[in-house]
Amino acid sequence: MSARASIVAAVALAASLGAATPASADHEIVIGVQCDRSGPDATVGAPLCAGFRDYVALVNAGNGVEGHRIRAAEIDTESRVPPALAAYERLRGEAAVALALYGTQIYALAPRLAEDRIVATAAGWGPADAANGRRHPYVFSVASAASQAAAAVGFAKHRLGTLKGKKVAFVPDDSPAGREPIAVLEDLAERERFQLKTFAAPSTGATMATLAVDLARRYRADFVIAHLAGRAPSLAIQELARVGYPLDKVIFFVGGSAEADVDAAGGRAVADGYHGLEFAGVGQEFPVLRAIQAMYHAQGRQPPTRMASSVCYNRGVVMAALQVQAIGNAVAARPDGRIIGDDVKAGMEKIRGFTLGGLTPPLEITPTDHEGGGRLQVWQVKGARFVPVTDWFTAYPRVIARHVTAERGAPSR
Amino acid sequence: MINRECGVYQTTYEGDMALYPAPLARHASLGAVVVLVLLPLILDSHAMALVNLITLAAIGAIGLNILVGYTGQVSLGQGAFMMVGSYTAALVTLRLDMPFWVGLPAGGAVAALVGTFFGIPSLRIKGLYLAIATLAAQFIIEWTINHSTWISGGVQSTIYVPTPSFFGLEINSEHRRYYMVLPVAFIAYVAALNLVRSRVGRAFIAVRDRDVAAEIIGVDIFRYKLLAFAVSSFYAGVAGALWTYYLKIANYEHFTLTTSVSYLAMIIIGGLGSVLGSVFGAIFITLLPIALVYVVEGGAALLGFKYAAIADLLANLRLIVFGGLIILFLAIEPEGLYRMWGNVRRYFRLWPYSY
Repeated sequence: MSARASIVAAVALAASLGAATPASADHEIVIGVQCDRSGPDATVGAPLCAGFRDYVALVNAGNGVEGHRIRAAEIDTESRVPPALAAYERLRGEAAVALALYGTQIYALAPRLAEDRIVATAAGWGPADAANGRRHPYVFSVASAASQAAAAVGFAKHRLGTLKGKKVAFVPDDSPAGREPIAVLEDLAERERFQLKTFAAPSTGATMATLAVDLARRYRADFVIAHLAGRAPSLAIQELARVGYPLDKVIFFVGGSAEADVDAAGGRAVADGYHGLEFAGVGQEFPVLRAIQAMYHAQGRQPPTRMASSVCYNRGVVMAALQVQAIGNAVAARPDGRIIGDDVKAGMEKIRGFTLGGLTPPLEITPTDHEGGGRLQVWQVKGARFVPVTDWFTAYPRVIARHVTAERGAPSR
Repeated sequence: MINRECGVYQTTYEGDMALYPAPLARHASLGAVVVLVLLPLILDSHAMALVNLITLAAIGAIGLNILVGYTGQVSLGQGAFMMVGSYTAALVTLRLDMPFWVGLPAGGAVAALVGTFFGIPSLRIKGLYLAIATLAAQFIIEWTINHSTWISGGVQSTIYVPTPSFFGLEINSEHRRYYMVLPVAFIAYVAALNLVRSRVGRAFIAVRDRDVAAEIIGVDIFRYKLLAFAVSSFYAGVAGALWTYYLKIANYEHFTLTTSVSYLAMIIIGGLGSVLGSVFGAIFITLLPIALVYVVEGGAALLGFKYAAIADLLANLRLIVFGGLIILFLAIEPEGLYRMWGNVRRYFRLWPYSY
């Protein structure tokens, strides 16, 4: 080994030792956030993570939670399971009490969360049956796929007047998560007597052009409900616009309703008019976001540019705020701050009327309803910006309840 | 004084045919086994999780190396064969109420059947063309499992399995899971070492080096190519089944094309045509991204950057370094980590008289 190589090796070793040393000896409450800054979900992960960190920094800049500091550890999974698993075990070793996860990772970790009694929030992207507190006692999902499906149909009915005899196209990602709402939609189709046809799209969006022609020219859909993620939403918008489909008759689930999707589709010229479901407010006109900006200005710094990706940034803020709120409830019960996941679960289930100054729908979380009511809001793209078109609402709560409590996750015998 | 003998000193056939003929290698291997068995005593649960991930990856990599490294049949379908094993194990456990040690061979057996079927094109095509044919296998199997309710159980294509137990002992911690994974990996390793030096293994190598010549000297190409696919898929199936019991969930998203490619990367970096090399490759590909998190972030901190300001940059820098290191290692030694290890061993065999 040459002298230079040994210096490089020594620096690398010193660096790894330096990073492994704990930052502070004071008692702190550890939470974790899935922070996919690299990999296919980076457009979601990077702003979401910034929002999560900034909210935790805001709490710590005050008095923490009743004097206890919060530390938010990051998990960069690159959208793969093994790194998520390794990071999960690391955080478990550091006595983390709550995690913010999404995507396939939360499916993989769900059995361990229950076994190790660690709370996870899966806002908008988790398994739909996580809304059922009996099925997944440690997973909390803010807007389940079932609620999103019902809200989308409710909105379509509102726009078209009646759904009777209309043709509705459902464009899901061709994956389990994408097809999850089909059962709810089929139920609603029977109830509202509309025709439902599913046009599954591979997650790369490779067949989107032919799909859009098929949907608009042959099937002649009256309304389009899309449940896509990653690069696919922007491609769907592009192709639907290209075949001349009226975008104001298109609604996307939360996975396709971010600024990044509008930008990637071509911005104002292409994407104007389409609707997106949101479980967190869009834009920067909320008290908590102004507080974050004030915190940065007080430190003599500019607020991060990630704030401009307000959809995902704000979702990160909401997830952090939910966890901090639950930890606050847990610490109120155990003032020494030595809380465990079970305390946070109990704290989470005590959350009532939580709105974060209008940034989230009023959440009412109970031991059975881990979704907190499942309210959503529809926003529309106008001038490449999202503007609200409805207030927070739920649709068909009985249908959702039936699907959320129905037996899932086991194959038919 | 630790010395290796530098000639052939065997006096019996048994001694010559032993897995490790040299005393030093025998003692070192025994020592390695003892260390591996005692590992949970010194490691915490995070480190054990890493060891488990490596062990799981090693089983799949050894299997793929038998097919690609020893028999010369390029396969991009390893992830799909693991998927078959994974769902088979989940269904055997759930529908037939069988313990995990029945699910493991069942997963392997079904994967072997499916693998043999998708190996049939290898009789006519080879090289890149075969790679594309196995790529088709990856997509066909993924689609079939994903879309048939009978296999994957409804829209989520996700099957939860109960905590595996071994005669009443619940395998519910990272340390206990290690003792579920390690014996399987040990059997897989020893079986592969013995297979590749047997009559069958030599036939595999003959097929790899020149299949026409192999046929002329009497190797039944049809039989041995399919056998290689079967053995390799059996390993993949067992690895997939273990993954199911390890995570307590079967989900097709863990075995996509990315998985197949990363297994191929493991055996190429570890060393094609080497069992130990597969293990090296599994260690390299599993640990490097995790080690890079510490090295890159620590390095940035040493240079005085604030983490939050450059976090997005670091995440991508890490990927660049990862790719760069793979290129670097292959440029230094195209024959992989196993060859590097061999060079070190050869050096010390003659040390200090290395001329």
